[in-house]
This record gives sequence, structure tokens and C-alpha cells, in this order.
Amino acid sequence: MNIPTNLKYTNTDEWVLVDGKTATIGVTDHAQEQLSDVVFVEITVSIGDKLAKKTTIATVESVKAAADVNLPVSGKVVAINEDLPQTPELVNSDPYGKAWMIKVELDNPAELDALMDAAGYEKHAKE
Amino acid sequence: MFTPHTDAEREEMLRVIGVRKLDDLFADVPIKLRFPNLDLPPAFTEIEARMQMEELAGANETAHDLACFLGAGAYYHYTPAAVDAIIRRGEFLTAYTPYQPEVSQGTLQAVFEYQSLIANLTGMDVSNASHYDGATATAEAAVMAYHHFRGKRTRFILSPSLNPQYREVLKTYMDGYENIDLAGEKLDPMCGPDDLAALLDDNTALLVVQYPDFFGRIFDFTALIEKAHQFGALVAVAVNPMSLGVLKTPGAMGADIAVGEGQSLGLPLSFGGPYLGIFATKKEYVRKIAGRLVGETADAEGRRGYVLTLTAREQHIRREKATSNICTNQGLMALAATVYMSLLGKHGIKQLANLCYQKAHYAAEQISKLDGYLVVSQTPFFHEFVVKCPKPVDEINWHLLDHDILGGYDLGQDYPSLAGHMLIAVTEMVSKDEIDALCEALEEVNNG
Amino acid sequence: MAEPTIYEISSQDRIGFRFPACDVPETALPEGLIRDELPMPEVAELDVIRHFTNLSHLNYSIDSGYYPLGSCTMKYNPKINEEVARLPGFAFSHPLQPVETVQGNLAMMYELQLWLAEICGMAGVTLQPSAGAQGEYTGVLIIRAYHQARGDLKRNKILIPDSAHGTNPATSAMSGFEVVGITTDAKGNVDLDALKAVLDDTVAGLMLTNPNTLGLFDQNVEEVVRLVHTAGGLVYGDGANLNALLGIVRPGDVGFDIMHFNLHKTFSTPHGGGGPGSGPVGVAKHLVDFLPFPLVDIIEEGDEETPPLYGFVRPEKTIGRMKSFHGQFGMMVRAYNYISMHGPDGLRDIAESAVLNANYLLARLRNTFHVPYDRICMHEFVMEGHLDDAPDVHALDIAKRLMDYNFHPPTNYFPLIVHEALMIEPTETENKQTLDRFADVLIKIADEARTNPELLHAAPHHTPVGRLDEVRAAKELVLCCWLPDKI
Repeated sequence: MNIPTNLKYTNTDEWVLVDGKTATIGVTDHAQEQLSDVVFVEITVSIGDKLAKKTTIATVESVKAAADVNLPVSGKVVAINEDLPQTPELVNSDPYGKAWMIKVELDNPAELDALMDAAGYEKHAKE
Repeated sequence: MFTPHTDAEREEMLRVIGVRKLDDLFADVPIKLRFPNLDLPPAFTEIEARMQMEELAGANETAHDLACFLGAGAYYHYTPAAVDAIIRRGEFLTAYTPYQPEVSQGTLQAVFEYQSLIANLTGMDVSNASHYDGATATAEAAVMAYHHFRGKRTRFILSPSLNPQYREVLKTYMDGYENIDLAGEKLDPMCGPDDLAALLDDNTALLVVQYPDFFGRIFDFTALIEKAHQFGALVAVAVNPMSLGVLKTPGAMGADIAVGEGQSLGLPLSFGGPYLGIFATKKEYVRKIAGRLVGETADAEGRRGYVLTLTAREQHIRREKATSNICTNQGLMALAATVYMSLLGKHGIKQLANLCYQKAHYAAEQISKLDGYLVVSQTPFFHEFVVKCPKPVDEINWHLLDHDILGGYDLGQDYPSLAGHMLIAVTEMVSKDEIDALCEALEEVNNG
Repeated sequence: MAEPTIYEISSQDRIGFRFPACDVPETALPEGLIRDELPMPEVAELDVIRHFTNLSHLNYSIDSGYYPLGSCTMKYNPKINEEVARLPGFAFSHPLQPVETVQGNLAMMYELQLWLAEICGMAGVTLQPSAGAQGEYTGVLIIRAYHQARGDLKRNKILIPDSAHGTNPATSAMSGFEVVGITTDAKGNVDLDALKAVLDDTVAGLMLTNPNTLGLFDQNVEEVVRLVHTAGGLVYGDGANLNALLGIVRPGDVGFDIMHFNLHKTFSTPHGGGGPGSGPVGVAKHLVDFLPFPLVDIIEEGDEETPPLYGFVRPEKTIGRMKSFHGQFGMMVRAYNYISMHGPDGLRDIAESAVLNANYLLARLRNTFHVPYDRICMHEFVMEGHLDDAPDVHALDIAKRLMDYNFHPPTNYFPLIVHEALMIEPTETENKQTLDRFADVLIKIADEARTNPELLHAAPHHTPVGRLDEVRAAKELVLCCWLPDKI
């Protein structure tokens, strides 16, 4: 299980990469393992949307499971990975890279403090 | 009988289980409620049961005994013997839902062929494996449109010439959603596409029209659909699939969704069910469809095979996030329609649709010559038309029954403004002589 | 060998069926409303019969083998049911005929409503819902309408134990309710503490499957019902597992307010490879006015000389219509005939035999497979399809290997609360020899799992196709036959 130390994590298997005021969001390696082969990704928000924490931003489906991806922090959507729905298998092969889903401009950077670090997430994922 | 154990076997099984008697297996059931005396008739043998059922069935007069001019959403057609011969095969009849594809290729391939035939008949890209009936398929189109717009569009325009039962079911289905605006009901029942276009707005999620409509009329909805698309709305067309043997398809008109009652594809009237809900749509909406879908794939050795696919949308996986709870569908009825469409094929379906059209037009022509009767349907119609009658419709129908004729549908039941109007359906099952007899009997009522 | 598709055996201008020539003068078809092409197959009748007969041979079915499918009640479907449903008086009756001409149908439906109400201790029954899921939907809409009619508008939650069928949460969500899960206790009953913790005046109702999907009769069921009622909620009974209760206990007597029936499970109507089902709903007295319309009732009392006149009525506070016409009538005919052929004693024999069979299989298998909630079960039980000494073998592998021995696999990976679940429901119509052979095979497979796990991973070996590539199916989405150019 790959858990990069430069990211923040939720207990619902999303990761957050913080770069200044911008946060990039995707799902973890652990999540893609649980799902198995991902066949479909739909991003259900648009650029400019102002979203509260925990809003569903995407749906990921494999042949045997479906999962909603929830926004770990509140913010305004500034970018969407338009290529991902055409290449859903990237969620399996590159969950922390090409399978990023959206970027938001943080409303409240303090919300990041509630997220887990890599060690915390590793412990959570093993439970 | 149906439970096989002998006393000796039962004893042996109880011994293996480790209890003394059968009743010991029910110790968890509250004792004061255990083993109620059911007030039901004592058991019949098969011979007695059949006699009872024959007596009940014999108490009906049916389309089989009468000349049937009643339609309004269910039509009396001939079912070729081959259809029943196939659906009665135990391998289809008594099979479970094909969740285990290795031992269900028969059902799966048949559904795949059903999907293909429906897509081709309606001119749509994809069809699902069926809904319960035309009404619930129409309601599912509304639910799909609601979720497509994520609840942000709340106007649903229903043509007043949509089958009133479809409207009722759609209303029931939308009851759980907030702030739904169902428009269209107040329009003149016999209005046309232009009146519907006037109701479109930026908040419209779905426009539902019927084709041929409840009154049998056929309109080219191409312009209306284009207008709806300009507002960003989806359009569902509820079809009689049999009519598509000759008529322009909803796909060719640009419809987003084609739904419909598949009963006209070889299913017996059977007092209203089991029927077949058709649901087809464009490729881009395939993941929004409720219900089962079968897709082609292969096994490790490259052998072609079929599986239920996109199942992650369904209730058993998505649970409370699924957009529909449908599980069991109308599998066997879809099989019947598949056999029927295959057997009739390109030529038979066209011949049938043309026969129905011709006979209905002959009937309308003859009725229009009768004193006191006015054929209201002026726009093109398919195999059903509206007649304004000189007397209450139920009174006329009682008279027709005396002549072994099952008269048309009393539109006043659903449309107060159409009291005294009869909806007459004509299929291949009535002959010219029976149409002439209908005219004679109608004339008699007017004079009597 | 793969069977070609119906399009692949099509041949241009071949005729399968002819209608009589048109006997009326012809009118031109309306211009601009005619389709260009009709891409339908062109085959002869024998082509059709042989094609679908060949396809049928690729299917497993009750008529050819044993289905131990948990919560699906794959019992024998009596042949007489098929005969009577096709009697012309039933098969050719139009749903909109004047009621006076269809008194046979209506008398049958009226009596079936009464019988189902009697079997479950309910005050009223609608036959309209199309399947179990639609029956549930009907029930939950009734719960909603009941609270609304009383002006009790804050009840927005439905409680659902984690051992429930997947349709329950989906149904509640469709009806606008929030779903709240309730855990199961160590004995396999609803966890009373968990229930008490969430019961308040925002709870509209509880959806309970009893016996639950572990096959266990809830030992606290009366207390569960009492608690929900005290909080002002209604109790819904999922009838999928009713086969265990016929003549044993009536849900209405336990205090259930609403329940649905699956005529295609309990009352032997065929599954048809996925439907049609039929999902009548029974309600207690305080809910009768909310039933969907139309209901069959006596509209004119009879006397010694004339029978009563049956017709349709609309309940006062009805939730509306659930489907076209009156329900899956053909299924009602079959269920009516089935109940006629059993009577009170026969119905009880169904449940007793079903429960006997399940406990017998459980007794034969519990030493080989781990049974997490091991007590006397009702009509089904759940065991783990995973063995400590064969760690790489999963429930799926065991399920697939069963096919090689000509058994349909049990329901697997459900309920979700049991790890690697195999859910086994033998039904009452299987004889001891079949059950013994099934148990022997499972024990043999357990042995194979230890000694030759590869055999299981690659199973099934003797079916028309092997394990199919579901990822490819979902990605490529080929949902229609390839159309040959000649069509």
C-alpha cells in the first residue's frame, strides 16, 4: 500500500495535496485496491462551484463496487481533470498522479488540520 | 405433491439435526403466536384445482369470444404458437436472474438480443433489460431526468395525451422528490406539439409525449424535441413498439429516451399483466439507466459470452444511493417479445403495423358515415381513434356486448371534457365483417 | 460452441410469420411519418425455435437442477400453474373490460386478497405492485402518507438493520427518507441498544426482514416492534423470507403494520430468468385507506340467488397508482392455484419442510465450514465460504466450483455482515437425496480447496463458458448485436 508522506488523508480514502491556497484531491491507493478495476469515473461538479466540505465531487465505479468521492475541505473549484472520465483505469495505475480529480481554492486552510497524515492514514487503512 | 419427505426420512433428518420433533425447530417463535389456525379452504388436488380455475376463467367473457375494439394501452393481438413454446421451456421459465453468467448464457444472450431488437425498433442506441410496464418505464424516465440534472431542474411536462395511467404512476413515483412541478395537465386534452412547446423553460428537466398518443394520433415531434433541447431539457417518447413497424422512430425525431408498453409485442392481454416496460436511450445516458443491462465480453479462452454489466449502479451495490430500487424485472416477457420480434422479423412487423393501420382507417371511415357519430381524430392516427357518440359510452357498450362486440374505451372516465367520446382500437384480430357489424350495431343504438 | 445471435442467422427476405392479407381498402400511410429502414432479423420459424432452444440449453434452471440460493426461494414451480394461467378466460381478458364481463377474474383477485391477508394476519391487501421492490416502495410510500395525514411531518428517517436486502435502503431513499442503519447483535438479532439509541420522533418506521438474511428468527421481534411503535414509528416486514412463516406465525399478529409478499418466491410463480415477479402488500387496519388504487371489492352485495358483484374501488387516502391496470394478473392466477392446492395444513407443511431442510444441511455442513451465527435456523442459513487452512480460496471460488458438480451456487457475499458469506436456502421441494449430494459435494470442495486450490480458482471447468471478463464488458459496453451489412 502506497501512502505518500507529503499528502493529507480522510478516513473515507481521499487524499489532499496542498500547494499554497490550492488543494488537489483524489482517491488513495488503498481505495483503488478495495474497488479493484475501475471502469468509470464521473466528476459531478464544475469549475467555479463553491462547495462545502463533504460535498460529493465524483463517483468511481468498478465492476463490483461504487464509491462517492467527497470533498475533504470547503472551497471553490478551480480545475477539473477532464481526461480522467475517458481513462478511468488511471485510478488504479496512478492514483496520486494522473488520477487527480479536482483542484479547489481553500476557503479555510484550518480545515486541513482535521485531516490525517500518512502515518495516521496507514493505521486507519489497516483496521 | 411438492414436498417429498417420507416419515422415515423426516425422522432421520431430525436425528441428524439433533432435535426430537419438528416443532422444536420453531422455539424462537413467540409461543402464544405459534401455529395459528388459518381460515383457508382445505387443499384441492390438481384435478379439483383445475376445475375451479376453469370455472373462474369461464365466468369471463373475453376478447377471444367477442370482436374487440378496446385498446387504451392494452391491445388484442395474435401470439404465434412459437412464442409460448419457447417461454414455457423450463430452462427459461424456471431459471433465476442471470447473476451467475457461466450457467445463464441462454437468458443473457436472449436479453442481449432483446436489447438489440428494441434499440433497432425504436432507433435508439441502447435498451435496458426491461421495466415492469409502460407506466413504470415512463416514471423511471422522469426519475432518470431528475437525477441527470441532480435535482436542479424541477419541471416535468407531461402531454395531456399521455396515457392517464402513466401520468398517475409517474406522479406516485415523483412523490418522494421535493418541489416537483408537473405541468401540462391543464392543457386541452387534444392539443398538439405547439401547445406543449409553450410550456418549456430553463427549469424543464423532462418533456414526456406519447406516440401514437393515448388518442391514437401521430405527430412528428422533431421540431418540439429540438425546441426542448434548446432549453436543455430531455425528451421521453412513450411508444407503442408495434407501430414502429411502419412509423418514423423516436430516435429519428431526436428523442433522448424511448419508453413504452411492450405488450403489443406478442404478450397476451392477461387482464393487464404481466406486461413489458421498454426503456431505451442514447449512448451518452447509458450509465443513468435504471435496471439491468447485458453486455458482450469473453472468457479467458476468448469464447464470446454475456454478463450483466454496469451493475454498480444498482440497488444491491449502491443501496441508498441507487436511483431506482428495481431488481426483478419482466425477464420472461422480454424473452417472449424477443421471440415474437425475431419470428415476425422485418416483414412481419411491417405487415402487422400496416394491417392495424388499414383496418383502423377503414373503421373510422365507415363510422364517420353514421348519423350521430363524429370521428374527432383529424390529424394522422395509427390504429386508434376518437369518436364522439350520440349517447353515453357505457350505454352504447352494453348494447354492443349484446352483439358480441367489446366496445371502445370511455374517455370521459379520465377527461371530463371528453364525456361521450369513445376511443376505438382496431388490430389484425378483427375482420372487415366485424367492423361492419360494429357500424351496424352503433347505428342501431343511435336509432333505438 | 457459441450460439450465433439472431441477427447472425438472418437471411435477406426470409419470412418467419405471415398475417392474413388486408381485407379492407387501403389508405396511404401518412407522409413524413414513415420510417426508412427496419433493421429486424429475417428468419424462418425453425430458425427461431432452434436458436432459442439452443440458448435454453445454456441455462441452469429449477427444472434441471438444484438452486440453494439464499433469500430467493427457488422452489419447484408447479406445471399446473402454467396451464391454468393460459386458460382463454384469463389470458384473453382485457384489463379495461366492463367489470360485469370479468367477474371470474375479480372473484379470484378478491379471494386472493383475503387469503394473503389471512396468511399474514393483515387487514387489507393490494395485489397491484409488480415485484418485491415495488411492494416495498408501496409500503414505504404508505408509511410516509400515514405520518403526513396525521400532520406528523418531522419523521424523515427509516431504520434498516444491516442484515436487510439491498432494495430496502434504495426504496427508502427513493421515497425521500434518510436511511439509518441498525447493527446486529452477537446472536444475530436486531441490536436493541442500537435501536433504542436512534429511536425518536423523527423515525417514520423500521424495515425488518424476519427471519433475517442470516436465516434467523429474531428472538426479540416483539420487543423490537413494541419499541418502534412506542416511538410512533411503523414496522415494515420484508416478505422475501415469508416461506419460513407460512402457518408458523403471522407477521400481523407480531405487530407488523405493513409487509409485502413475493408471489415469485413464496407462492411458486416462476422466476422467468429475472421476472416477472409480483409483490402484493398487506397492511394493518389503520393503513387500509392508504392502499394504492384500484382495489378489488364487492360493489354490490349478493344474496342466495345471485353472487355478489365485484368491482374496483379507490381507497380514501390512497397513495396513488403503482403501475398500469391491476398488477401482474397472470402471477396472481398461479399463486391462487398454488394456495388452493395447499390449504392451511399444506402451507404449514411448506414452512416446516423448508426449515427442516435448512437445518439438516446446516447440521451436515457446520463441521466443515464456519457458521458465525450458529443456532437453529429458519428456512436458510449463512456460512463462511472461506477455510482457515485454505487461505487463498474465497467464497467466489467455492461458488464457481459448485457449477462443475451441476449445482447452482448459493447467494454469495451477502449478507454483508458475514465475511465471505455463502447463503443457503434449500426450499421445501428438495428431497433428502439431493440435499445429501449437495452437502457431500461441498465437503469434497472444501477438501479440494486445501489440496488443489488452483482447481477452484480456475473453476468452473465444465460450463458453456468460463469466468467472463466483466471489466471488459463494463469498459467496452457492447450492448447490442453487431448488425451484418445485409440487413
